[in-house]
Amino acid sequence: MNTAAHELDTLINRDYEYGFESDIDSDMAPKGLSEETIRFISERKQEPGFLLEWRLKAYRHWLTLKSPNWSSVHYPPINFQDIIYYSAPKLRDNAPKSLEEIDPELLRTYDKLGIPLKEQELLAGVAVDAVFDSVSVATTFKDRLAREGIVFCSFSEAARLHPELVKQYMGSVVSYMDNFYAALNSAVFSDGTFCYIPPGVKCPMELSTYFRINAKNSGQFERTLIIADKGASVSYLEGCTAPMRDENQLHAAVVELIALEDAQIRYSTVQNWYPGDKDGKGGIFNFVTKRGDCRGSRSRISWTQVETGSAITWKYPSVILRGDDSVGEFYSVALTNNCQQADTGTKMLHIGRNTRSTIVSKGISAGRGQNAYRGLVKVLKGAENARNYSQCDSLLLGNRCAAHTFPYIEVKNPTAKVEHEATTSRIGEDQLFYCMQRGLSAEDAVSMIVNGFCREVFKKLPMEFAVEAQKLLGVSLEGSIG
Amino acid sequence: MLEIRNLNVSIGDKPILKGIDLHVKPGEIHAIMGPNGSGKSTLAQVLAGREGYTVTEGEILFENKNLLELAPELRAREGIFLAFQYPVEIPGVANIYLLKAAINARRKHQGLPELDAMDFLELTKEKLRLVGMDEALLYRPVNEGFSGGEKKRNEILQMALLEPKLALLDETDSGLDIDALKTVSEGVNALKNPDRAIILITHYQRLLDYIHPDRVHVLANGRIIRSGGPELALTLEERGYGWLETAEGIPA
Ligand SMILES: Nc1ncnc2c1ncn2[C@@H]1O[C@H](COP(=O)(O)OP(=O)(O)OP(=O)(O)O)[C@@H](O)[C@H]1O
Ligand SMILES: [Mg+2]
Repeated sequence: MNTAAHELDTLINRDYEYGFESDIDSDMAPKGLSEETIRFISERKQEPGFLLEWRLKAYRHWLTLKSPNWSSVHYPPINFQDIIYYSAPKLRDNAPKSLEEIDPELLRTYDKLGIPLKEQELLAGVAVDAVFDSVSVATTFKDRLAREGIVFCSFSEAARLHPELVKQYMGSVVSYMDNFYAALNSAVFSDGTFCYIPPGVKCPMELSTYFRINAKNSGQFERTLIIADKGASVSYLEGCTAPMRDENQLHAAVVELIALEDAQIRYSTVQNWYPGDKDGKGGIFNFVTKRGDCRGSRSRISWTQVETGSAITWKYPSVILRGDDSVGEFYSVALTNNCQQADTGTKMLHIGRNTRSTIVSKGISAGRGQNAYRGLVKVLKGAENARNYSQCDSLLLGNRCAAHTFPYIEVKNPTAKVEHEATTSRIGEDQLFYCMQRGLSAEDAVSMIVNGFCREVFKKLPMEFAVEAQKLLGVSLEGSIG
Repeated sequence: MLEIRNLNVSIGDKPILKGIDLHVKPGEIHAIMGPNGSGKSTLAQVLAGREGYTVTEGEILFENKNLLELAPELRAREGIFLAFQYPVEIPGVANIYLLKAAINARRKHQGLPELDAMDFLELTKEKLRLVGMDEALLYRPVNEGFSGGEKKRNEILQMALLEPKLALLDETDSGLDIDALKTVSEGVNALKNPDRAIILITHYQRLLDYIHPDRVHVLANGRIIRSGGPELALTLEERGYGWLETAEGIPA
């Protein structure tokens, strides 16, 4: 009997650890989507008028669009009238002044997720803008950041306190006309994160938000806007887990990054949403539009992502390389298991001179997982001396899974150099045996090999996230640095 | 320590080993020689527990336990070590990480506490000197881009760290230059002790100039056709296997 294969199966079929539902009274919008719903949301959030106008424009545009039909992912039609577009945990005195004021049930939920805010505050030095359902309920480290002139708050707060920044930058990278889900998000987005780093400021800590989907039927429409002004730099971490449930949940976020001259933005995601049961029932649908704009010369934007959850992931973090000498990077690990489908990749759009981009994509497929990488590298006419290097590696565990790679390259400038490398390998029986002959269990051997396969990407993650990422792949802590 | 009785092994329908008998006592060094494709590596792999081989007849006892019932990782933790003829590459996994995982798996099995980073590093550096290996190789991915000789040294380094009871060295001497052969042999000799048995698979008498076997066996076509003392290896070197096959013809 094939013990290695058997253990591999157990490892792969491990149940989702974070499946639970917490029970907090929610202040909800009625189900369904209409101009009334949008007005309800905007009013609840005490938004300035320009924002309501913008939402309504987006909504009217959305009405003219058809739900997209992507070739490589399969999912049942979504009934957009069956979604609750706004729900907020009821707070005792409107905004809490400190952690003590926060619903204890909510704090327990965070505990179960392993992110106790207090400990984070003390130990990790990470400012957490925690999004529970649709409203930010706790923000820490604000003072420290405020001293540097950094704005780090919920999107609604930013709309109230810094309307000029929101007005100037919102929608300037991902227009509400960009695609079906971006339009929907623009119309109904509930909340999200806003971050502005003033000229010349290096953000003194990693900024982080933990997203969590809760409350039945509440699709999440987060919106994140990060601006690094001239010479500024920031590293932002995004992580999520979701409770187990039976209906598919839609998540359609929009993330916009803007880097001005000499600015740097590093955006890292470790994503662990509920992928659904063995047959794919109950998982999260994750349709996200993430885009960065290297607007200024010598600016740099890096996307690093580790995707292990979701029933369906459709996501292309992209970079527009507008400024001369700007740099775009994309490092990704995507794991699909059982019936998960992931269609991810990136787009690098070279506009400025001497722009450079690097793409490293690692896809791991197990069970009946389907993993597709789609990358577009486009070099426009004016992009003298543009450079791109792309590397897409796929690792297969077992023989019922699959990996697909679709590189698209369009070059309009003859001085451009574009390189693409792709490999597909199966975890070798000889590699497993070698490790087991040294005393490792099949499970540890698989973890070690998978971890090694992802190393190039993990190296790009901030330390604590790299550790988290490895846990997600069932790997012991020591592997990360070893 | 090791008793192999009438071992018959097939790959698919093809019989590879056809009735092997071998007895190895603690402290002994046995050399197994024989033409290409005679089944030497097969024997080593079966001892280590690799899948894909069917034992059709016979048994293997290791310290009076039925070895064939043990999973490969348990055999390793019980003290069986195989230095591979072709060590595999594991991209992205630092060599030192595999070493540490291996040594701690063994220690855990023995009920010993895991080695902390400092002790482990110290021990590893001591063994590096023993096998004359460059420290930089510790931090590179396992065997990736290692030269042939470096791979072999790495196997011996692992052996030195894991201190097995039974070491199987499958052509560890092939691909080594003369100096490397000497250091590797010294490394093996340093591990020689009354509780440890070593089985050397080799094509060359040269190795046996450095590591002196107690017994030499000739494996041909899945059978041990001749066993003897160290002098047998010398005769083979002079006269080749043809001499045995024609002169003896019959399995020993
Ligand atoms: N997976 C396999 N499928 C079919 N035949 C195999 C397989 N593995 C080994 N064999 C055959 O088994 C026989 C013994 O091979 P083995 O590797 O044990 O020889 P060896 O004595 O180690 O040879 P060498 O001295 O060349 O290393 C050979 O004929 C080989 O072709
Ligand atoms: Mg061999």
